[in-house]
Amino acid sequence: MEPIIIEGTSKTPTVKFDAGAGVFEIKGRSIPENSVEFYKPLVDWLDGYKETPLSKTVVNIRLEYFNTSSSKCILDVFKKLEAIHKAKNEVEVNWYYEEDDEDMLEAGEDYESIIRVPFKMIEIND
Amino acid sequence: MSFKIDSYLEGQEIGDVILHHKGNVDSDFINSVLDLVEKKMHEYDEQPKLKKKVYNVLVETLQNLFHHVDAVPEGFSESDAERFGLLLVSRTGEGYRIITGNFIHNDKIEKLEEKIKRINRSSKEEIKELYKFILNHQKISEKGGGGLGLVDIARKTGNNLTYRFEGFNGTQSFFYLDILVSEEVEST
Repeated sequence: MEPIIIEGTSKTPTVKFDAGAGVFEIKGRSIPENSVEFYKPLVDWLDGYKETPLSKTVVNIRLEYFNTSSSKCILDVFKKLEAIHKAKNEVEVNWYYEEDDEDMLEAGEDYESIIRVPFKMIEIND
Repeated sequence: MSFKIDSYLEGQEIGDVILHHKGNVDSDFINSVLDLVEKKMHEYDEQPKLKKKVYNVLVETLQNLFHHVDAVPEGFSESDAERFGLLLVSRTGEGYRIITGNFIHNDKIEKLEEKIKRINRSSKEEIKELYKFILNHQKISEKGGGGLGLVDIARKTGNNLTYRFEGFNGTQSFFYLDILVSEEVEST
């Protein structure tokens, strides 16, 4: 599968989905007015990946800000990962948050409580 | 007495006004507001935690305006903008105050007010559960809103949402939403 590589902007995150390495990354700010337009290609790509996933997939989420409409799209991404995990493949989500950013930590915990995939909460210290 | 957008602000302690806008709310405007307020908070050397909360709340309020404003009614002379909104951002002794305003059809008021009242009477834990429930069960509307904006604002600020509906004519009103992002947010 061709990887997805998207450069970040002030409103949309940097995305690197590498099927060959089984490493997916979303990083930066995700605050577009139309989140569905941005995330739909990612969710569709994951639909393809989930047909023949690697035995281990690592997902790194390192967001500085995200808006509530992105939060639903990110949940859709996680639901695809949950399906991969359910089919007996290893999936690990690393949720990064900056020191003292309790809101971002809580956001990660929200997803952890909804999605049946192992999450690791990782504090970033500058 | 004729309707005046700014009547809500009269007689109130607004603090240092960073921005006072009455006009179109489009994507470029949202970008410029976010840039401006981010720069101002940097100048004021605000705590990272406060900066993040203000930024997050601002994003949600602006996108609420972007997605939900109703058309300007006939007879409103202050603007003919397609997406007319009021935005005031100020720095007060308590933190940052963000006031937004937009026209709303009267038949939508009851539902919106009920939502705000539900949020305001909920405990912190109930708001968190409500957020998770909506996140997991509600689809994004055609307008692009997820129904989470107000819940998220209340969750992040820990403060009640202050609001007012001011009648404009028989079918439309103006909805003011007044949010305080406190300097010292109760720790979780």
